[in-house]
Amino acid sequence: MSTIAVAVQQDPPASEDAALPHDLLRFATAGSVDDGKSTLVGRLLHDTKSVLADQLAAVERASRDRGLDAADLALLTDGLRAEREQGITIDVAYRYLSTERRSFVLADTPGHVEYTRNMVTGASTAELALILVDARHGIVEQTRRHLAVTGLLGVRHVAVAVNKMDLVGWDEQVHRRISEEFSSLAAGFGIDDVVAIPVSALHGDNVVDRSAQTPWYAGPTLLEHLEAVPVGGDPTAEPLRLPVQVVIRPRTPEHPDYRGYAGRLAAGVVRIGDRVVVQPGGRTTTVVGIDLPAVGGGVRSVPEAVAPQSVTLRLADDVDVSRGDLISTADAPAGVVRELTGAIAVLSESPVRARARVLVRVGTRVVRGLVEEILDELDLDRLGHHPAGDSLALNAIGRVRIRLAEPVPVDDYRRARHTGGFLLVDEADGATLAAGMAEVRG
Amino acid sequence: MSLAAAYRPVSHLELLEAEAIHIMREVAGQFERPVVLFSGGKDSVVMLHLAAKAFAPAPLPFALLHVDTGHNFPEVLDYRDQTVARLGARLVVAHVQDYLDDGRLRERPDGTRNPLQTVPLLDAIAEQRFDAVLGGGRRDEEKARAKERVFSIRDAFGAWDPRRQRPELWELYNGRHAPGEHVRVFPLSNWTELDVWRYIERERIELPSLYYAHEREVFSRNGMWLTAGQWGGPRASEPVQRRLVRYRTVGDMSCTGAVDSDAVDVAAVIREVAASRLTERGATRADDRLSEAAMEDRKKEGYF
Repeated sequence: MSTIAVAVQQDPPASEDAALPHDLLRFATAGSVDDGKSTLVGRLLHDTKSVLADQLAAVERASRDRGLDAADLALLTDGLRAEREQGITIDVAYRYLSTERRSFVLADTPGHVEYTRNMVTGASTAELALILVDARHGIVEQTRRHLAVTGLLGVRHVAVAVNKMDLVGWDEQVHRRISEEFSSLAAGFGIDDVVAIPVSALHGDNVVDRSAQTPWYAGPTLLEHLEAVPVGGDPTAEPLRLPVQVVIRPRTPEHPDYRGYAGRLAAGVVRIGDRVVVQPGGRTTTVVGIDLPAVGGGVRSVPEAVAPQSVTLRLADDVDVSRGDLISTADAPAGVVRELTGAIAVLSESPVRARARVLVRVGTRVVRGLVEEILDELDLDRLGHHPAGDSLALNAIGRVRIRLAEPVPVDDYRRARHTGGFLLVDEADGATLAAGMAEVRG
Repeated sequence: MSLAAAYRPVSHLELLEAEAIHIMREVAGQFERPVVLFSGGKDSVVMLHLAAKAFAPAPLPFALLHVDTGHNFPEVLDYRDQTVARLGARLVVAHVQDYLDDGRLRERPDGTRNPLQTVPLLDAIAEQRFDAVLGGGRRDEEKARAKERVFSIRDAFGAWDPRRQRPELWELYNGRHAPGEHVRVFPLSNWTELDVWRYIERERIELPSLYYAHEREVFSRNGMWLTAGQWGGPRASEPVQRRLVRYRTVGDMSCTGAVDSDAVDVAAVIREVAASRLTERGATRADDRLSEAAMEDRKKEGYF
């Protein structure tokens, strides 16, 4: 058994962070062209006082230059000159806002058909998707695409902002019809937490401040909902997963024998004494030490840690563990596969072809793979699967079967996002070709 | 002990810390020759603090790099050297002045040296064969930065091509690159200015003294308080006065302005930042005021 040469420090007093009652919600936006998404995001930033005077002055100046008589809040979020010139959003942009209750990271993704890739990217880290619907047009083809991607990426919560309600006379029936249709559509994609909010992004109704126009609406404003939606899930309900990033071996006079396996807990809880298995090798051992970053610097030893903390584990036996291995609870380990099946979303200009050789990245492990077969392609317009050709192009989503050069530990994506999501990487130029969601039975 | 009772939610600062440490460890796992850009500015100080924590109790596995414009604040350079000595790290300094002396770069008419940092930076990266360069940039700083990736691939000219950036999904950062290319890494991407200050408070991180209110000889130019110095100020028409000020950002003396402030400690700074009606760059950086797309253009040229 390895000796523990780390001074055990006291846990920081709970009050240290209790002084900041904050937690963090990551959410992604999606809307069709002209739904007013940029205006809504601008409104959310503006009304939560997340826009400062110099930013607002710049927007007012730019709005005047274009002959507009009021500040166009959409200009707050258009980042690149290329976008401003063309009046489009070409990439995921990240925005930050904070209220007394919560901090938010917003992945602002464009809604054009050709940018499914950006929505996949934004949704991959989101716990909530904010989808816009134009009250005048109701559910359109793009809305279905957004919901399909949201469901595929496993985003649990959806808020639908029924926007431009002022242009339909704040008609309750319009809102109700869209809300019901949306909910039943969402249920079809496995999303059951849907909240529909009637808003006018342009005028600010029900975004941050409650509207006088909707006496018939008893639900939350958009911000109230974002502040209230539960985050994080319950780590105690998930089996432990730790993809090993680096091995920490100081070899210093103070720590001659320290050997720790560092990574970010992808799921679950780890406690001293836990039986764990190192995958894909399969050796079992016991956790004898858990080190967390200490407040002020260095590490402190703790009896347990929880996802998504970054930790360093010390193990009882001298087992061979290196970057790419997955430390799992021995009772419920990940599957170890030589063949990976799952849906992929193609993210690069070059298509993913059958028989292509690729690198497959799962957790911290990278192995060679061969795309053996493209099983089907998701038809985002009709929302069915159709038989696939021998390639999937940019923005296409389809299921593939990949033969792997070495066994890889992987979870079913629907149960474990961080150990079930994978990338296909071009071996020649390193480009990220596709993002995948593994299907693992058992 | 019941399991559920043992948990308190992971706070927002703890999440940001866990994410930054995860990113640092990915750099250590994926690259051969990583380097941390270290200027003594608060973001780079926080980044270095996190890097040290990420590998504790082992020593820091990264070298440090500073581009000295020749117009740096002396107290910041002192701070830099003390920190390097404390960590026992290897510091590489690239000097803009060397480039001006031998004519590879020329002084700009406005005396600003921030844009001149790019060439010495790229040369240092190439000479030292650094393959990952960690910077303290945050997405909340500026509109073009809002689209920056955590792992940002650069070609041999250091150029940032927004259309060539890789989508980043989950926590899978793809650092694969061709020889001659390098990857800029931004572990503080998701931090805001206020988060940085709250973390400085929580961790009791020491900063260069000019981040806190002090009396200083300053003069007004372009609506900012600049420090008198050899870099070319004040002009005859710019009267010098003694004011109580502090710096919100620390860069080149020629283009970094101080703000009126009586915030003498971290808690006071946090109150001031939370109440501020101006972004830190809008308040204190002349180089970002040049045009709507100033940062976008500099990033494309290989600036951080």
